[in-house]
Amino acid sequence: MGKTLTEKILGRKAGKDVQAGEVITVSPDTILSHDNSAAIIQEFRKLGVKKVREPEKIVIVLDHIVPASDEKYAQNHKSIREFVAEQGIPNFFDINAGICHQVLPEQGFALPGKVIVGSDSHTPSYGAFGAFATGIGRTETACTWATDEIWLRVPETMRIDLSGRFRAGVFAKDLSLKIIGDRGAEMANYKAVEFAGPAAGDLSVGARLTLANMSAEMGAKNGYFAPDAKTLKWLEGRARGPFVVASSDPDARFESVLAYDLGALEPQVACPHTVDNVKPIGAVAGKPVNQVLIGTCTNGRLEDLEAAAAIFKGRKIHSGVRVLVIPASWEVYREALKNGVLAVLVDAGCVILNSGCGPCLGAHEGIMAAGEICLSTSNRNFRGRMGHRDSEIYLASPATAAATAVAGKIADPREFA
Amino acid sequence: MSQGKVWKYGDNVNTDVIFPGRYTYQIMPPEETAKHALEDLDPEFAGSVQPGDVIVAGKNFGCGSSREQAAACLRSAGVQAIVARSFARIYFRNAINLGLAVLQCDEAVDALEKGDAVDIDFAKGKIRSAKGTFRFLPLPESVIGILDAGGLLEYTKKKLAKE
Repeated sequence: MGKTLTEKILGRKAGKDVQAGEVITVSPDTILSHDNSAAIIQEFRKLGVKKVREPEKIVIVLDHIVPASDEKYAQNHKSIREFVAEQGIPNFFDINAGICHQVLPEQGFALPGKVIVGSDSHTPSYGAFGAFATGIGRTETACTWATDEIWLRVPETMRIDLSGRFRAGVFAKDLSLKIIGDRGAEMANYKAVEFAGPAAGDLSVGARLTLANMSAEMGAKNGYFAPDAKTLKWLEGRARGPFVVASSDPDARFESVLAYDLGALEPQVACPHTVDNVKPIGAVAGKPVNQVLIGTCTNGRLEDLEAAAAIFKGRKIHSGVRVLVIPASWEVYREALKNGVLAVLVDAGCVILNSGCGPCLGAHEGIMAAGEICLSTSNRNFRGRMGHRDSEIYLASPATAAATAVAGKIADPREFA
Repeated sequence: MSQGKVWKYGDNVNTDVIFPGRYTYQIMPPEETAKHALEDLDPEFAGSVQPGDVIVAGKNFGCGSSREQAAACLRSAGVQAIVARSFARIYFRNAINLGLAVLQCDEAVDALEKGDAVDIDFAKGKIRSAKGTFRFLPLPESVIGILDAGGLLEYTKKKLAKE
């Protein structure tokens, strides 16, 4: 019996043959945390050790509330900076870097075959490069700092075979929402999700990041693409050190196999208050909105801003709508500045914010009042997430977001081609 | 092995009803969190639960947010184990890391009802009751070690002290 990519990566780390269902202890390659490092540091102090075991494996990215919006967050950032200096942690990214899930790939930490754990639920994003990457809790992050070890259950794998090509106005975000809407938010609980099939190789690295990121909303432990020439090209000049490429054997055991034809999809929208409450654009078009958010770890990359700019070019945002744009990282920010995309967005009336999570998790920069409605390119629309419990969040692609910003109500991007 | 009585619930018991979001960002001692355990699902629970009691529930127990308090409050309330058809994955990890046993056993969920007396033998992987003996897949040794220590923090502390 062959092995899945996940079984191969975890088996190599465990130093033995492993299969789905087994619990193993491994030493991760990278341990990610962000602003919540402040809480993790408090747990670490209880362990009675002075030093973290492998400082160079720890990556800390400030991204949740950057710059700090109040004293409490400022104190958190301060205690993190002091800890980084005290422990000699070399890989620290302060408020001018971006969202961790964009920064780690750009900085060459997200590599094929690596085991990456992170105290953030969207850590599976790095599966876009064929890494095993999964979210963990705060207590175990603190313990992993101290021991350089973590226990993991080897997951079963669900494969999603992709065929066909997206039609104009349809993107990876629409595909992810369609899958979650069809199968429910627990569809891949505990499992790995492999995105495969003839169309997987056609998808850009950005599209793969969007799908791997959204696998968290399927309940998945990790979501991934097998590395290919596109992956390796993207990593040229970025990869920090060598890596071993792994992919699933043809006779690997898959718990289930689904199939999606990209050519059959139309734009999708996740309606309040769950990510699996998904409808085709036609069923929700016309719903007035107060705010549009374009950005986040799901959809804040250059190609996302370009898709929005293609619609904003020569147009203005609707007078009744506030539009917030957040490049996912400073690299994206600089590229969008150079290629003129930001100028298009600003001319249309968008507010450009510092790279970071922004209002996605409801901490700052665009909190919603009671009764307000936001259409967002982010990944969660739970009740009250972006502000008042009686505000509403709709999730969609950057193109749908831009079309909505121009129309002042939820709109089909295909009508703005 | 210890005895307790069953509290029975359905599918998709989410972290909001286990430990309400309105308390998530209040820093409170563990015994205080126990007072709010299952507050929005079963108001009777927090006042009547006894040390050693067992929660029996359907599929996807602990779905929703990653808040560790949702596992901490049940452990502080004295719950010795949760037996369910399945658990949401971050809840599963948080529970074990905080010293709360999470066991999967469809047969036990089918048979057991509120108030039934049960014994759990962790080493042998058995749940015993008047309605029969049910087998769950024994937890791996490394995970039992974490549970025995009372959670990952204590387990790690002991391990580091030995080195």
